[in-house]
Amino acid sequence: MRELRFAIKNTIPIFFTYLFIGIAFGVLTIDAGYSVLFSVASAFFIFAGSMQLVMIPMMTSGASLLTLALMTFFINARHIFYGISFVERFRKMGWRGVYMVLTLTDETYSVLCSVQYEPGLDEDRATFYIALLNHLYWIFGCLVGACAGRLLPFDMTGIDFSATAFFLVVVINQWRQYRSKLPFLTAATCALGYYLLLGKDYFLIPTLLTCLFALLALRRPIEAKEGRVDA
Amino acid sequence: MPETLYSISAIAVVALVTWGLRAAPFLLFGNRPLPKTMRYLGKALPPAIMTVLVIYCLRNTSFDHSPFGIPELASCTLVALLQIVKKNMYLSIIAGTVCYMILIRVL
Repeated sequence: MRELRFAIKNTIPIFFTYLFIGIAFGVLTIDAGYSVLFSVASAFFIFAGSMQLVMIPMMTSGASLLTLALMTFFINARHIFYGISFVERFRKMGWRGVYMVLTLTDETYSVLCSVQYEPGLDEDRATFYIALLNHLYWIFGCLVGACAGRLLPFDMTGIDFSATAFFLVVVINQWRQYRSKLPFLTAATCALGYYLLLGKDYFLIPTLLTCLFALLALRRPIEAKEGRVDA
Repeated sequence: MPETLYSISAIAVVALVTWGLRAAPFLLFGNRPLPKTMRYLGKALPPAIMTVLVIYCLRNTSFDHSPFGIPELASCTLVALLQIVKKNMYLSIIAGTVCYMILIRVL
């Protein structure tokens, strides 16, 4: 069970994030008149925080299924980019690989980007546990929120900053690992540029697409520092 | 459409689109060997994506009225400094989050 302990250790920050956002979602579903089962089923099948939070007001206003599908596409399109780094890893993992693909959230992706496996660890098993634990934290959060969200005695507003803090920690660790700083600088420039140009609701997808093409254009200088990928 | 059927279809639609997006790179490359360009992107994209995610998380910060983004900026600075100096992920995240939760209440 070394792998499980390792996975718990590496997902503790996500536990707090998911617990809080899950509670927020649970409270929202119950307030909108949906059931506890609805909250848990969304957590289990969808497992995408921001989209779940958006779908509730859309559903109460009677949005069509096509509208919901389009909204999901735009909010979650960033997930297309996450799999690119893990195609070969997950392909070798059998049914666990399928599970990894379908549960690849922002948080699981960032844990997998930053995790340093200990020697002698079954890496595939540890990777699977990381995804599974995150999924369970999320379901638990949504369940607690739906059952008892209104009864919590303390105000947890702001605890979701732990996600931002975690992502920032990952970036700083990556900054140490990567010799070429171009991916960071490209991303920061694109994100801030599009944020100023398009506003907070529309900058994400153009930013990611521009980064993709910019990194392709910058392949020579980046590989000069990072080394070429082997055939 | 009856309410229950609508709820079930809504979950199904949102889940299927989300799964499709997550699975897209895997469906695209199937069991073929991954092109070199994709392997390069697999290495170069993560730091770019994580940088974008940090900025994306901070997108709702308002700089034009009180508290002018001070909680976000101060807490991020604290996280960054602690992570650079102490290199302890748990310390950085807990201190940053506590700092943020205090600042949004007192400012």
